[in-house]
Amino acid sequence: MRERAKYVIIGNSIAAVAAIEGIRSKDKDGAITVIGEERYPAYGRPLISYYLLGATDRAHMNYRPADFYEKNGVALKTGVRAEKIDPAKKTVSLSDGGGVAYEKLLIATGSRPFEPPMEGIASVKERFRFMTMDDALALEKALSPEKRVLIVGAGLIGLKCLEGILHRVKSVAVVDLAGRILPSILDETGAGIVQRRLEEKGAEFYLSDSVTRFNGNTAHLKSGREIEFNILVTAVGVRPNIELVKEAGGKVARWICADECGRTSVPDVYAAGDCAESFDIASGTERVLALLPNANFQGRCAGINMAGGRAELKNAVAFNAIGFFGTHVFTAGAYDGECYTERSGNTYKALFFKDDRLKGFILIDLPERAGIYTMLLRESIPLSSVNFGELKHSPGWNALPSEMRRARFSREV
Amino acid sequence: MSLYIRPDYEVVRNENRCIACRVCERQCANGVHSFDPETGLMKADESKCVNCHRCVSLCPTHALKIVKTDDVYRENANWDIQTVNEVYRQANTGGVLLSSMGNPKPYPVFWDKLLLNASQVTNPPIDPLREPMETQLWLGKRTAKTERTADGRLKDTLAPQLKLSVPVMFSAMSYGSISYNAHESLARAAEELGIYYNTGEGGLHRDFYRYGKNTIVQVASGRFGVHKEYLETAAAIEIKMGQGAKPGIGGHLPGAKITEDVSETRMIPQGVDAISPAPHHDIYSIEDLKQLVDSLKEATDYKKPVIVKIAAVHNAAAIASGIARSGADIIAIDGYRGGTGAAPTRIRDNVGIPIEMALAQIDERLRREGIRDEVSLVVGGSVRSSADVVKAIALGADACYIGTAALLALGCHLCRSCHTGLCNWGIATQRPDLVKRLNPDLGYKRLVNLVTAWKHEIEEMMGGMGINSLEALRGNRLMLRGIGLTDTELRLLGIRYAGESL
Amino acid sequence: MKRIYVNEQWCLGCHLCEYECAYANSGIADMVRALKGKKIYPRVHVEDCGEIHFAVNCRHCNEAVCAESCISGALSKGEDGIVRIDGNKCVGCLTCVLVCPYGAVMPSPDGHAAMKCALCTDNFAGEPNCVKHCPNGAIVYETRANGL
Repeated sequence: MRERAKYVIIGNSIAAVAAIEGIRSKDKDGAITVIGEERYPAYGRPLISYYLLGATDRAHMNYRPADFYEKNGVALKTGVRAEKIDPAKKTVSLSDGGGVAYEKLLIATGSRPFEPPMEGIASVKERFRFMTMDDALALEKALSPEKRVLIVGAGLIGLKCLEGILHRVKSVAVVDLAGRILPSILDETGAGIVQRRLEEKGAEFYLSDSVTRFNGNTAHLKSGREIEFNILVTAVGVRPNIELVKEAGGKVARWICADECGRTSVPDVYAAGDCAESFDIASGTERVLALLPNANFQGRCAGINMAGGRAELKNAVAFNAIGFFGTHVFTAGAYDGECYTERSGNTYKALFFKDDRLKGFILIDLPERAGIYTMLLRESIPLSSVNFGELKHSPGWNALPSEMRRARFSREV
Repeated sequence: MSLYIRPDYEVVRNENRCIACRVCERQCANGVHSFDPETGLMKADESKCVNCHRCVSLCPTHALKIVKTDDVYRENANWDIQTVNEVYRQANTGGVLLSSMGNPKPYPVFWDKLLLNASQVTNPPIDPLREPMETQLWLGKRTAKTERTADGRLKDTLAPQLKLSVPVMFSAMSYGSISYNAHESLARAAEELGIYYNTGEGGLHRDFYRYGKNTIVQVASGRFGVHKEYLETAAAIEIKMGQGAKPGIGGHLPGAKITEDVSETRMIPQGVDAISPAPHHDIYSIEDLKQLVDSLKEATDYKKPVIVKIAAVHNAAAIASGIARSGADIIAIDGYRGGTGAAPTRIRDNVGIPIEMALAQIDERLRREGIRDEVSLVVGGSVRSSADVVKAIALGADACYIGTAALLALGCHLCRSCHTGLCNWGIATQRPDLVKRLNPDLGYKRLVNLVTAWKHEIEEMMGGMGINSLEALRGNRLMLRGIGLTDTELRLLGIRYAGESL
Repeated sequence: MKRIYVNEQWCLGCHLCEYECAYANSGIADMVRALKGKKIYPRVHVEDCGEIHFAVNCRHCNEAVCAESCISGALSKGEDGIVRIDGNKCVGCLTCVLVCPYGAVMPSPDGHAAMKCALCTDNFAGEPNCVKHCPNGAIVYETRANGL
């Protein structure tokens, strides 16, 4: 093998950057090579909607300062794809014909959009996905004030895309099979509030419906309705990129199986980010928590372990902070067990608790000190030890046990 | 019918500066300030204001001031407003008027009529920053006899002494009259400064036994909190016969101030008024006093000096002479301006004599009788500055007690409402939310700062006089001159008039 | 590193720190002009619960979950240990608000970004203004690795 590095990271997004930081917290010198398919230094993919919205620009989208790779002694190969891992030889072959040998390898390959077969989709000329910077740039070129957009999928990606482009086109319609928007993170009430907000801004929704057939610029829906559009964005879901590990004989499910330290079943191969599983403490199951912060946690954890340190990710849980036209939606955990709700005006709070633990919550336009709820969730704090009656109304440390307060407030944390 | 009495003070809020942060409201235990949500403005009910200045001090934009009301009755040089209002107040309530802190009446302050000397030409002043300056001193009997053991070695026959780094101590203030945090501040400051604080008649909280070597414990007429361990923990024991603010009467701590902690410390029931009798019921003569002095010495194995504290009254000199013969090691004299947590107004304002006069006469009398070395003299009752300390020592004192000055250092603004128990500065209160306003970590540092500053000033003044030790200043009345004093006052103080040479 | 600690034993709940914080971060030299007639958005928050009061600031956590969770890289822990937010990079998603266990990162009044305490290194106060003006020494700025 022509090249070798102590640490090789496949993928150059959040998990990769966090892994570099994790490695460097233990090993200042070991050579790191990062193989990234995209042409850019790491950026937060969720920023692409903010980019279209005008809330950020390309100069400010890099996840780390310009000198990050250089300062951390990272050899960055962009525009190159890792084709294959040979776990016996401990090498990775690359799409440019090259290869690199590793001592420790991190798979941070993320996921790709899932595109179900839809009849006549080939007849749609302006067809986009919404996942990467290149997707956003391509879509941006197509946007213009007289055009109508159809988004298939009312999930996080679809609706953030909606927010990003609504002011730049004539109209946006959204179709989803589910009966409500953001079905993976909102309940009926919450979804209703957000949907109204988006409708006020001009979005149209076709829920409990699906496209049966495209015909040029017309989408024929199952309900029989037809939608005329110019631009199609598909955002129905993603699939983890598991092939490298699968082909190397590593254990996979719909995702790459990895333990709390980020180790896959292949020796010296780790996985982190949207391709890798986490143990979700809210649902008590292994699954992919496809959210940026979790990619960071996993990447850092894997990096530390790759460098000979010891770290475990034991409090993984899904959480999302997402905003639509100034409406802030916070969600976390699983909506399981008893439910406490508060509704006033356009704010909404739903707390879900079971077995003396907070399991999940939804907060719409109630951002104040919401992290205290997240802490209850992530740290599995017994509700019997706190003044939950008080906490339900407003999150505060005064409702937490005084010993806990003293312990945390009197020293570095 | 209760007659409306116009408050003495008005709260003036500069609306241009007030940002309605409501800090004044949160910090006023008297409920003076409130926020009007309709107007968005702060309001003040000055009838509740005691003029403690807590709000003024904490207002971040300095929007507040308290001014004396200009509301007047028809002018009368005899019946001033205060006097008239007191009549109204008594007619309203039928009660004895209560006051706190020291006598505020405009009697002459003799400290301010004494001037210090300085060296010029014929005897050089001393620069305390360059040359040694001794402010350390010892309190106790100085009448050691020279005795030798069989093998010719000198026997230590010196009576027990208190060592002070500076001639200032914190005077008696009981736990109960002042807060736990005030006590802790005093105790920690005394320890750091190498001086002493005094428990007053309230006993000693268990938490403060660790400061025992800097603690003077009091034995008063109520005998509150007195037990063997209490006496043994202390550096010295003070028998309180009287207090300058209220000579001739006892003490009265309202039941409301007898919290669980105070009750345990004083060894009295919770919530019941604590009465200290006017006299010690076992002391009706110097001979009786001697018995108590001896008992306390016996109880503590003759290891601790015993102080006898009296209020400065007309016959103070004769009484002091008796005390000096009772076996006491130190006499503490408390002048009529001394502070109190609560006293009947008439007593506080009309009984006793100035400390300056009492001190001069006692020192003079003890010298004349040849027993000055039998005792040390400690004076208190409005020692306000290092200059007062220097003048007191030149008049014959060994050291001074400061009470009011110490409380000022802790934040007291002399609103003289200690007896209400609502001290906004956390000093004269037992209400937990108010007590916590005095953080001893800050309080003790302020006390240390104050006494340290005084020490520097004392050194400067001594140096100016060409004196490099307290020993050489004590009773050195030639260093004093009077100004604005009558012949009688000069005679009693034993000093010459300003301008009079030797 | 030096950090802000609050001792609830001495916190009086006077809320002065909130005003001093809002003032220090207002960029206006005159406190009256900075705060009069305005709703304040301090970065320190005093909690009151009966007789218990305590101020909560950013703790500048060793493992700053806000920075780890930030989707844009706007939040970072500097070499000086201070967790700062780059307002130009922040897109206002408020993930940091959602994850801060202390409730010490908050939406800024303009709604476009989050804001948080930077120990007054980002304003004219120079040293933490809440600490400087706490009337009872309840908020301190000191090095305290393993607690008191």
